[in-house]
Formats: sequence, structure tokens, C-alpha cells
Amino acid sequence: MSELRFERVSLQYGSLRAVDAVDLTVPAGQVVGLVGESGSGKSSLAAAAVGLVPPTAGRILLDGTDVQRLRRRDRGLQMVFQDPYSSLDPRMSIGGSIAEAMPRGVDKRAEVARLLELVNLDPGRAASLPARLSGGQRQRVALARALAGQPKVLIADEITSALDVSVQGAVLNLVRDLQRRLGLSMLFISHNLAVVRYVSDRIAVMRAGTIVEEGPAGQVLADPQHGYTRELLAAAPSRHTSLWEDAS
Amino acid sequence: MRALRTPVGLAAGLLLVLLALLAVFAPLLWGSRADAIDTDALQQGASAQHLLGTDALGRDIFYRVLVATRLTLGLALVATFVGVTAGLVLGSLPSVLPRWAGRLVTSAVNIAVAFPGLLLALFFAVIFGTGTVGAVLAIAFAITPSFARLTQTLTASVSGRDFIAAARVCGVGRFRLLVRHVLPNIAEPLVINATLAAGSALTAFAGLSFLGIGVQAPSYDWGRLLGEGLNRIYVSPAPALGPAVAVVLAGLAFNLFGEAAASAASHRQVVRQRSKPLHESTVEERDGEGVLTVRNLRVSFPGAAGWITPVRGVSFTVGQGEMIGVVGESGSGKSLTALAVSRLVEDPGVVTADRLEFAGKPVTETSPRELGTSLAMVFQDPMTTFNPTRRIGRQLAEVSEVHHGMSRKAAFERVVDRLRAVRIPSAAKRARQYPHEFSGGMRQRAMIAMGLMGEPRLVIADEPTTALDVTVQREVLRLLARVREERSAAVLLISHDITVVAQTCDRVLVMYAGRIVEELPTAELFTSARHPYTTALLAAVPDLETDRDAPLAVIPGRPPEPAEIGAGCPFAPRCPVADERCRNEEPELTEVEDGHRVACWRLVEGLPGLDDAMPDEKCRDGELRAGRVS
Repeated sequence: MSELRFERVSLQYGSLRAVDAVDLTVPAGQVVGLVGESGSGKSSLAAAAVGLVPPTAGRILLDGTDVQRLRRRDRGLQMVFQDPYSSLDPRMSIGGSIAEAMPRGVDKRAEVARLLELVNLDPGRAASLPARLSGGQRQRVALARALAGQPKVLIADEITSALDVSVQGAVLNLVRDLQRRLGLSMLFISHNLAVVRYVSDRIAVMRAGTIVEEGPAGQVLADPQHGYTRELLAAAPSRHTSLWEDAS
Repeated sequence: MRALRTPVGLAAGLLLVLLALLAVFAPLLWGSRADAIDTDALQQGASAQHLLGTDALGRDIFYRVLVATRLTLGLALVATFVGVTAGLVLGSLPSVLPRWAGRLVTSAVNIAVAFPGLLLALFFAVIFGTGTVGAVLAIAFAITPSFARLTQTLTASVSGRDFIAAARVCGVGRFRLLVRHVLPNIAEPLVINATLAAGSALTAFAGLSFLGIGVQAPSYDWGRLLGEGLNRIYVSPAPALGPAVAVVLAGLAFNLFGEAAASAASHRQVVRQRSKPLHESTVEERDGEGVLTVRNLRVSFPGAAGWITPVRGVSFTVGQGEMIGVVGESGSGKSLTALAVSRLVEDPGVVTADRLEFAGKPVTETSPRELGTSLAMVFQDPMTTFNPTRRIGRQLAEVSEVHHGMSRKAAFERVVDRLRAVRIPSAAKRARQYPHEFSGGMRQRAMIAMGLMGEPRLVIADEPTTALDVTVQREVLRLLARVREERSAAVLLISHDITVVAQTCDRVLVMYAGRIVEELPTAELFTSARHPYTTALLAAVPDLETDRDAPLAVIPGRPPEPAEIGAGCPFAPRCPVADERCRNEEPELTEVEDGHRVACWRLVEGLPGLDDAMPDEKCRDGELRAGRVS
């Protein structure tokens, strides 16, 4: 189990400050849900954590070590992307994609079979190309690939928003189940508050590059402190509230 | 090879095979004859003995042309190979090198691209000296820049995809990234362009030889033969025309084959069926007229193995001022239904219906102007529905100028008025702005304002809030509800989110696999939905009251592709209560109560979740089973 900590992390693209001095901790073995509107900087934060973009300022620490100092393969940070239709190489077999992420010295064939089994896919399909799989199955492959890197921390960036609603549930159950069984720490990013609520132990609310509220899930949802959190809760479509009701 | 399926591709392919055979066998068969000097027949014209005449040493030009195929094609291919390889290396270097070095390579390529190819070739020919090697290198280097640029562009387009980012996160190195992930995904266009490049290399080479800076005597290729023959073209044209025809044919064969391959790659499906799709009329007449009456609507597309019908007999009525929600997953046919209603299904799609009437008139007879002013469409992504280079106000005003014949000024006033109606602050100023200056929610409001430029009797909103955040989503939904109230326009709201529909609409149509499986008043959705798909969907979507300690209810498997739908109920493979009849016979939509229609053999009572029927363990088997059923 490992802890991921963002320390005053900022990200600047040209004149746009996507992330502004964010402090956020993903405690060991827990799931932190990160909600916010599109453009609030959620995905930028994720990209910085896995090293796709270097932070302009601040540090990202994994168990106290700056992730920038670790080699990518040894970092123990893996990510599952939003769109399973673009996150798998269409010309590479799913087994190949999964094996690629493994550390050296692992029996790749056996490990691919084990991981496919773990995400409830038939190991016999390791040689198939992604085109033969449905969206939900692809997202499971993406999950298996992330697990192949033997991560201590998993980052899930809007992993269900490209999926059909009838398939979303199965992926969420799987993610929750795996996280508990493997004791992973996880940063779960989504714009859907109901989904975040379902998987997270803690919830952080992001707006315009800053975290406006963070706390245990139950507390944030039951007693939101920040106005924006209240607004989000009120606007989340629910079967029992009408369109015109307002929390405020 | 798909390219061979078109007549042009087939002809070009055959020609290439013929050329290859000639290149291999002609020198063996006729090599001695082509070199045989006959001092009795110098510089003859075409005759039965010498089809294309003879040259200054009395050698038969017809055989010389045939024998020259090998050298001509060989040199062209070598030049292409060298040029393409160099281009590939230069083009992919920037993605492997450190950033500054990559930039240097890119700018060098950019400069080289600016020179015309043949000019470069002449330039190199001077440097390398006249002769075969010089000409090959010259042409190769003339091909290189454009190929490098092509590789760069393609690489850049693939590099932005998520699977590259995913591989980087996994620690895959730059070189392996290039070889295993980038190159295989850009191979197709590269191969096609290499074929085209071979064609132009061939003609360019002939040009150089013709000018005397290519192949030198005693070797000969078509260009050289052409050059020799041209001196006496007025006396006997055949010796010049023979090699000229060969050059043209070979060049055409390469280029046409490349073109055919390119178009085969871009249109993967060759449309063959010309017969109309089967149209079965099965629907009973229901009384009650509405703004929109749809009976047995079917939308078909030609597929590789016959017609594919993603919308299979949809019937519903939208009443005056009614707000109807259509719920379904991707592939359920909900968006196509909307497009068919507004006559936006494009060729080769075929729309048929027993009745498809808007405001009492068949849609096919409604003029585009009437449709344009009384039916408004709002699409999912407002960024792509506005022209980014024109001001919002101008784009909205166009509606009134075209459909109502308003003056520019009057139209603009109307724009400002309508933008105000959708609560866009400082509307007059906003109307002069460009789409990129609007936020997503603002753009969606502007889109709705565009629909309001006429007096719409029906607004069709296809996933209008999917790209938006919850807070903005609520604003847009409220706006639609207000439009309905204030203008008594009917609204057809299409969404994958059942909670969104539940909050806003009067009635819900649930679509699955191209059909409506349940229609019921929204008020009864959570209490008396009876189709197993509807109830499963309601249970599977988490909301803010979902039990966090229990696993989410899941629907095993996935929705079927339109081509996979068989005889039975399309939901049967995923349905917990399906029996033999469900698998063999598709149920019709039948009325169970007033205003409540269900298409199911085994009506579900109340609202059972699927938790008990489908424990988590079973979900994998379910998925595999669904995958096989087709």
C-alpha cells in the first residue's frame, strides 16, 4: 500500500493555469474521488501524476519520493484512460498490450492469462485485436494493462463515461472489487457525482484548477461546506428531485 | 486486397503483374534479339518484321522496349525504396530525438519540401554527375522531403491518441513506441503513397534519361529509347511512340493502383446492394393526431452482407406541446430515429415508414423551408455544429434571411431577441462574438436560440447535455422546458441518461436494438416500468441514493450490433427471465394499460432489481454468451 501526495502542484499551459497549487493526498489503500466540471483541471492533475506532463511547480510524492526521480516503469503508478476505443492500440493484440506494461522477468504468457481472468475476461482471447471487443470489455483490458505494471497507485480518469450505462455498472463493480482485493490506492476522477460517491472513501471537489473541498465521502455529501459542492449536489440528476428544485 | 474489387484497381493491378512478368522474363527471352545488330536494316520505320522499327544500329526497338522494362522498373523501384526509407527515417526522427534536435530535422524537411521535386532531382543529378547512380539518388532525394513530411504528419496524428499515452505511462521507450505503436498504425497510407511515388519516380526517371542525364549507353531504359527515337519522330513516329506508351502505361498503372488502394482504404465498405431493403408493414393504427406521427419507421444501411437495419419499425406520436424522452444506449437507434424524422439520414441510408408525418403532412412532402422553420434540431456537440470562422449572430441570422426573407438588420434584431430569450447575458455583444468565445453551455443555448429563430412546433434535442457539466446541464434542460411552456412547442429529448429524461419529460420511450421496448408516462417510470430492460437500466445506474455497500446491479453482456439481431427478442441473451419463446419470437409493442406499451413476453411486475437474479459471478458467463449469440 502506498500513499500518493500532491504538494502545491501547479500546471501551466501557455497563459492558462490548468492546475493552481493543489494539495491532495490519496491515503494508502483508499479511494479518493475527484469531481469537477470539464476544464477544471482534473485530467491535467492525473497526467502530471503519471508523468505525461511535468508539473510547472510543486511536487508529486509517492511514499515520500518525488515521482519525477523514479523511472516510469518502476514508478508504481498506472492509469486507466477515459476512452477504451482510443486507449488500446488497434494493431496490437490485447495480450500484447497487457504484456508490454509488465516489468522484466515475468512469465508474460501466464501473467496475461491471470490478469484477463482477474478482470473477468476469457484468457483465450489474449490474441484478439481490440476491434473484436465491446466497449466494456476493452475497458477491462485497459484495467488489466494498468494492473500489469504492478501499480501501488491506480489513477482512473473518467473510466466509465465512454461506456454504455448498462455496462458501466459491471466496470464499477470490478474496479471496486479489485481495489479492495489488491489494496490499491486510487485516484478516481469523474464528473459524475453519483459514480464518484459509489466508489470513493474520500471526495475532493475541483473547480478552476483548485480543490475547493475535500473530506470523507459521507461528510462531503451530507454536509457540503463549499457553495460549489452544494451546487453540484443540487444539480446532479436524481429520480426524486424535480428539475426546478434547488438546494439553496 | 480491397483495391482489386474496383474495375480501375483490377485493371491497374493486372497491368502491374504484366509489367513484373516482363521485367523478369523479357531479358531472358528476347535479350539477344534486342541487342542483335543488323546493318541491313538501319533506322527503319515500323514494319511487320520490326513492329516499332529499328534504331541507328539496326536493333529492333520493339524488343528493346520489352527488355528495357527490367531496368526501367528496377531503377524506379530502387529510387522509390531509397527515397521512402530516407523519408521514413527523417519523418520519424523527431519523435525519437530530443525536442531541439527534432525541431531541427522538422525545419530542414520543411525547407526541402518547398523545392519542386524535379528541380531537386536536376540539382542532385548535377552534383552526383550523370549516370545511373546519380539519377537514382537524385530521384530518391526528390521523393524524400514529401515522404518525410507525410510521415511526420501521420505520426503526429497518431501520437495524440490515448494508446500512445497509455504506453508511455507503462514505461515503453521512444524507439519501441515508434516501431510497435506508431508505424503499424500509419502503414496503410504510407504504402499507398509509396505506390504513387513509384509511379512518379518512373516517369521522372524516364525524363532524366530522356534529357541524357539518366541511364547512359550501352544500357538503355524507356527514357533513353524515347530520346533516341524522338530525333526522327517526323520521319518514323513508331520508335518514339513505343517507349512513350510504355512510360505512360506503367506510370498510370502505379498511380491508378495507388489511387484505387487509397479509395478502398477510405471507403471500407463497397456498396453493392442496389435493391431496396425489405419493408414489412405490421403496425396497427392508433388514433390520435400529434405534431409528429411516426409509424413503422425503419432506417437501413447497406452492409457487407446485405442490408443492416439499425431502426426496425419504430412507432410513436408526439402530441402538441408534449415533452417526450427517448432513452437508449449507443446503437439503440435513438439518434437515427431523430435524424430520420428531420430528413437528415444521408445516402446510402434508406428511410421507410408507413407514416412519417410532421404537423399533419408527410415529412417527404414538407418543403425544406417549412421544415427549417418549424422543426428545430439541437445536437450533442455545439462546438462542431457552429462554423468556427463566423460570428454567432450571423449564423443565427442566416436562418431568418433564408427562410423568412428578412433583411439583414431585422434578422439581427431577431437574433438579439432570441439570444435574450435563452438568457444569454448582453445578447447584442454576444451576437458579434465567435463560437470559440462562448462556453459549452452558452453554445448550447445559442444552438437552441437558433432553433427558435423560426416558430418551432417541434424541437428535437439529441443528447443536448451530454458534453456539459451537471450545473450547466440543468440550465439547458430548464431552458428546453421553458421553450415548451412559453411557445407550446413539442420537445423530443434523446438521452442515454434515464434520470435526465425522468426529470424533464411527460412520457418516456425506451429503445433497445432499434425498437421501442417500452413506452410509459414518466410519473410511472420508477414504480411501474415492466420491461426487464427498463427495470434493469433503472437499477444499474447509480444515483445519490444508491447503497454504497452493495455491488451495483449489472446487466450482463452488451447490446447487440444491428447485424447480430436474430429472430427472438434482442434483449433475451441478457434477460434474467427469458425463456424459449423469447429466444425464438420477437414480441410486439402492446398496450398493457392506458398510455403504457411494452414489448415483452414475460412482463415483470413492480420494480425488482437484478441483484438476486444476477449475482456478480455470473456476469462473465453472461458476457461470453451474449458475444456468441448473433
